[in-house]
Amino acid sequence: MTASRKKSREIVEAGLARRRRKEATFRATGMLATAVGVIFLGVFFATLIVQGASAFKQTFIKLDVVMSESVLAPDGELDLAYADFDGLVRNALRRDFPNVSGRGERRELYRLVSVAAGYELRDLVAGDPSLLGSTVEIWVPAASNVDMLIKGNIDPSIDESLRPISDAQVAWVESLQRSDRLETRFNTALFTNGDSREPELAGIRGALMGSFYMLIVTVALAFPIGVAAAIYLEEFAPRSRWSDLIEVNINNLAAVPSIVFGLLGLAVFINWMALPRSAPLVGGLVLSLLTLPVIIIASRAAIQSVPPSIREAALGLGASKMQVVFHHVLPLALPGMLTGTIIGMSRALGESAPLLMIGMVAFIVDVPGSFTDPATALPVQVYLWADSPERAFAERTSAAIIVLLGFLLMMNLAAVIIRKRMERKW
Amino acid sequence: MQNLTLILLLAAMAGGAFFMGRRRSFAVVGGLAHSARLHSLPGYYGYFTLIWCLLPALGLFLVWVLVEPKVIVALIIESLPGAQRTMSAGELNLLVNNIQNLAAGDAISGEIDAVMRDAADRYNDYVAASRRMLAALTLGIAGLGGAIALRRIRPEFRARNRVEQVVLYLLIAASSIAILTTVGIVLSVLFEAIRFFREVPLTEFLFGLSWSPQTAIRADQVGSSGSFGAVPLFAGTLLITAIAMVVAVPVGLMTAIYLAEYSSSRVRAVAKPLLEILAGIPTVVYGFFAALTVAPWVRTAGESIGLEVASESALAAGLVMGIMIIPLVSSLSDDAIHAVPTAMRDGALGLGSTRSEAMVRVMLPAALPGIVGGILLAVSRAIGETMIVVMAAGLAANLTANPFEAVTTVTVQIVTLLVGDQEFDSAKTLAAFALGLMLFVVTLCLNVIGLTFVRKYREQYE
Repeated sequence: MTASRKKSREIVEAGLARRRRKEATFRATGMLATAVGVIFLGVFFATLIVQGASAFKQTFIKLDVVMSESVLAPDGELDLAYADFDGLVRNALRRDFPNVSGRGERRELYRLVSVAAGYELRDLVAGDPSLLGSTVEIWVPAASNVDMLIKGNIDPSIDESLRPISDAQVAWVESLQRSDRLETRFNTALFTNGDSREPELAGIRGALMGSFYMLIVTVALAFPIGVAAAIYLEEFAPRSRWSDLIEVNINNLAAVPSIVFGLLGLAVFINWMALPRSAPLVGGLVLSLLTLPVIIIASRAAIQSVPPSIREAALGLGASKMQVVFHHVLPLALPGMLTGTIIGMSRALGESAPLLMIGMVAFIVDVPGSFTDPATALPVQVYLWADSPERAFAERTSAAIIVLLGFLLMMNLAAVIIRKRMERKW
Repeated sequence: MQNLTLILLLAAMAGGAFFMGRRRSFAVVGGLAHSARLHSLPGYYGYFTLIWCLLPALGLFLVWVLVEPKVIVALIIESLPGAQRTMSAGELNLLVNNIQNLAAGDAISGEIDAVMRDAADRYNDYVAASRRMLAALTLGIAGLGGAIALRRIRPEFRARNRVEQVVLYLLIAASSIAILTTVGIVLSVLFEAIRFFREVPLTEFLFGLSWSPQTAIRADQVGSSGSFGAVPLFAGTLLITAIAMVVAVPVGLMTAIYLAEYSSSRVRAVAKPLLEILAGIPTVVYGFFAALTVAPWVRTAGESIGLEVASESALAAGLVMGIMIIPLVSSLSDDAIHAVPTAMRDGALGLGSTRSEAMVRVMLPAALPGIVGGILLAVSRAIGETMIVVMAAGLAANLTANPFEAVTTVTVQIVTLLVGDQEFDSAKTLAAFALGLMLFVVTLCLNVIGLTFVRKYREQYE
């Protein structure tokens, strides 16, 4: 008896060191695994901010533009649509660098400033025609390559043929810097412009408005329908095959790949109902179908958390079933429903795959002004810019992502606050 | 009349109907003082009138707005001279488009002739007439409905029951939308897929080894008949999914174990929300990260040890997708582990096992069905994931198991086939729907099995 007990004790002790080592390894692996996710998140945000922060600044060049009548109105009459404002910009640059000669070199010089310079001059003259003939000091956006050089994204020390900006251009930029004719300012164009082929002019306003219109359609459809469906399933549906089917169906819909919803939108809304392509209306319809399951599931959970005693009390006082639901259960469950809706909306805001299917990937310069104007959405804009080869677009993509994540963060914070503030514990 | 104005007018009428119904209910019993003689609360008579005023008019409005463009286009085509009516569907479509643009005053392609100008004028006339008719009809029906409802109000009239019945029907309709969505998905994908399988046999699609969906515009071009063997796509999808799972399952599972068993509550309070942030990042952002940061990094790392790595390697897309799925796996595993009764863990610890032994030998086997269900859901998510692969995986349909080569996936092909201008009867665009059908069926099966596992298992210990 004692011998055998001693023996098993020995066996256990012999293995103890090995088992403890195993335990420590296991624990370390777990810690490592948790760290992987967290570290990725850190790396991810760090790269994003490092790449994107500079896009919120933009380089500007100061020009002294002579609004010469001989250039703008050679026939004595000023036609804003056809007047050669670019010529004024070119003249101003030539005056700043009188030593530049030869067509090729001059053309390089002209490429220092953005094509937007001419438009800005035109707007200036359109607003105040008396400027004609005077000299105007104006800050115009620099071309994206100059901007990249200033921000250090183009290394001037590498071989000239490997960078998109020539030695002469670098020298001119340096001379502009020395004479304080070049500075970086906050990039308002990023928030006021639509998309553009020129990185220095491209902004997210159009995409933001597209997303905004889409989310309005989504919330207007998905919230009432989702809440109504949840109420029916929780409070009225008889336990039958049909309600079981609906229930299984909703859980499955929540896990259907989003691109399949895009196929549905393409086949039903665009081909069958002949709704306009690329419109926020169709995007909103697709996204509301996509978020409906999320809202229904969250709303059902919220209804379930209302204690039965409330229903019984109301029923006991003579309320009808419908009155119980709409006067008592719904107001108490509303915070939970709102939280679920906001989370569903934040999912809809980040969704892009189904929008590719319904033509919301077009290159659209105009800022959409209604539910049927062609538009893109913020995540689709990220996709479009990420595909562009220019270095300056990579920076803007990161900036657009930062804005997108900012919105998502705000929505989720709102959801948390609503939950904290309004949720009751029974 | 603009639609918005019409809707606002309708809303105003509905509001008026409510108050008139309420007033009427007081009137039929002879004043506020006698309102107890009413069967229902006065408000219900208001709601009853409102429903009669609003619902039929709104229904008519919706149907009209949906049908109107088709009817007008049909009328325009009907009124065109014979020559235009015999045009092919595509030409006719273009003509109608031009007429519409002309009517709207936009720039159009091609020349404007008298016939078109005429048609455009007629188009505008039709639209204006339709608008007038719509406005008159909806407002008329709204008024009529409200009047009928008002006439029916009597003290003994059971307004509450009527209103509640209508509300119940609305609730049922709302919950049927989920069913309708599924039916819509199945039908829309199925019909186009059947059209596709009429042109390309099912066996070739399922077992063919070569995928090049480019059908030529002219018949005599090289490669004028595309080949639609989808095996390379399935293989590519599976390869990327497998890489993602190799990352996500161990990391997600170990994270769940660590957070459930070892971590202090303070670590858990920090790590869990951070992982939830990971789950909330839009996939397009992951795609950007995969394409611009991870892919070059994988490439340099591979080349530094002498490996040939494609710039759009399966590995980069798979790795990032794996990271994306970690929170899903870890939260579902966490649920499964927490559902195992603590008594089992305590029992194992009481018998002298270490915590890891209790976890591996007792808790995990007990939680296995839930974990497997969670992994199936994760696989389904990886198969259906689109943006990461569209941005970071390639377009070439290589049949390979080498993670350093570029492969393409089902979702990438759906996107490339359907983005841009397309005509809807070519095998190329229809192929996208056939792929969509495959995707839907496969993910549906995985979801059903996964959800059943997760739910069955949860009930087992409850």
